[in-house]
Amino acid sequence: MTGTDIEAVIIKELRKFANDTTEVSPDTNIVRDLNLPSLDVMELVMSLEDDLDISIPLDRIADIETVQELAELVRTLSTKADV
Amino acid sequence: MGIMDKFKDLGTAYDDVKSAGRDPFSVRFDEILSPTEGVIDGKKTILLGTNNYLGLTFDKRSVEQAVSVLRESGTGTTGSRIANGSYGWHQRLENDLAEFFGRRHAMMFTTGYQANLGIIATLAGRDDHLVIDADSHACIYDACKLTSAQVTRFKHNDPVDLGKRLSRLKSQGGNIIVVTEGIFSMLGDKAPLREIAAVTKKFGAYLVVDEAHSMGVLGVNGRGLAEEQGVEDQVDFILGTFSKSLGAIGGFCVSNIDDFDLLRVACRPYMFTASLPASVVASVVTSLEKVQKGQFLREKLMGNAKRLYDGLQSAGFHVGPDVSPVVAVQLPSPEMAVAYWNALLDEGLYVNLALPPATPMGQALLRSSVSAVHTHQQIDKAISLITKVSRDFGAIIPERITSVG
Repeated sequence: MTGTDIEAVIIKELRKFANDTTEVSPDTNIVRDLNLPSLDVMELVMSLEDDLDISIPLDRIADIETVQELAELVRTLSTKADV
Repeated sequence: MGIMDKFKDLGTAYDDVKSAGRDPFSVRFDEILSPTEGVIDGKKTILLGTNNYLGLTFDKRSVEQAVSVLRESGTGTTGSRIANGSYGWHQRLENDLAEFFGRRHAMMFTTGYQANLGIIATLAGRDDHLVIDADSHACIYDACKLTSAQVTRFKHNDPVDLGKRLSRLKSQGGNIIVVTEGIFSMLGDKAPLREIAAVTKKFGAYLVVDEAHSMGVLGVNGRGLAEEQGVEDQVDFILGTFSKSLGAIGGFCVSNIDDFDLLRVACRPYMFTASLPASVVASVVTSLEKVQKGQFLREKLMGNAKRLYDGLQSAGFHVGPDVSPVVAVQLPSPEMAVAYWNALLDEGLYVNLALPPATPMGQALLRSSVSAVHTHQQIDKAISLITKVSRDFGAIIPERITSVG
């Protein structure tokens, strides 16, 4: 899966939590721009784990701010899982 | 930006809750009359939210024992067991707990919160994986913050989802530790422990169960959900508390694992906090005997739980999925829950107000906890008061209430 594909999956999942009118792009700051509570962030992680069939440890999420950064983390974890 | 500015939103939410009447997070009891009755604002009030499952807080023998040891041993230990040493009562209770659970080892903590925090965070090391139920108590989430292990959540009470997540971790190396609870504290639902244990063992993982709300309550001998579901041999670590069915304060862990005592010099929430006063420990020693022989109390407790659960359900309220001593009424909004809670207190009924984010699925709950020593009259009065308050608010439209959650 390419970085763009992963971003698309993340944006699709984020739309479930965000206000319909809010624009979500790779540069969107997940917590600040979308006002996502920490519980929703954990639910988002759970959904992404299922969509992408990987494990995303919660401690790795702490430093993530943007959709792009999350996609990069997911890509790294996917590569690791494939090894 | 001031140091307290980050709490601004929290402060606003707290003010909103308080503006509806009392402050639900700092209720003051003028007097505690018994395990089921107290005085609040000069009014005699039924206590239906104190987790006093077996009603042992005023047990005559436990109180006498505590008083006698208080005179013998003084008011406190003034330090940790690592630094200041143990009293005979500490070791006595650990031996009794190990025997009660049929395990080789027991270790006690100053609170149940610390037992979960300490054991879970310490067991899970840097290369390990902690896999927790998504609806876990805050102390388990706090253990996840303290641990250096990687943390994954599985869907609440869903063994199939757990299996899916364990299968993703199996190739990553490190130990896997699965954590769940006996009775979940908000809705009173039980874990499907037999199925969770089977999946956990299939993947060669360790299983930790917090029996805080189920010890003394479930199982013929009161050993909790693992006993009730016949899977004690598959649970590697049982965690629990002295502050519910045992009527005091403190926490514990029991296990058969080799080298268990190394945790005493590795587990920081055990090492760097003052130990329980001997008087408290002595009261728990006596209460534990009561719990062990407490089959009659357990039958009364479950009878009361069923009476409250069935009564509220047939009055049109939506309650949790399992009959247990924790009975939570689900209400359509936090505002309504706050209004109910205040009105019930005016009527002389104390329950817990549980609001998001502390509740599953963002629910607003009136949480009750039943005791074996509640009388049928008290339970019936509680049902009629909750129903009355609901009518007063014009909200008892069962379709509307049952559509929530």
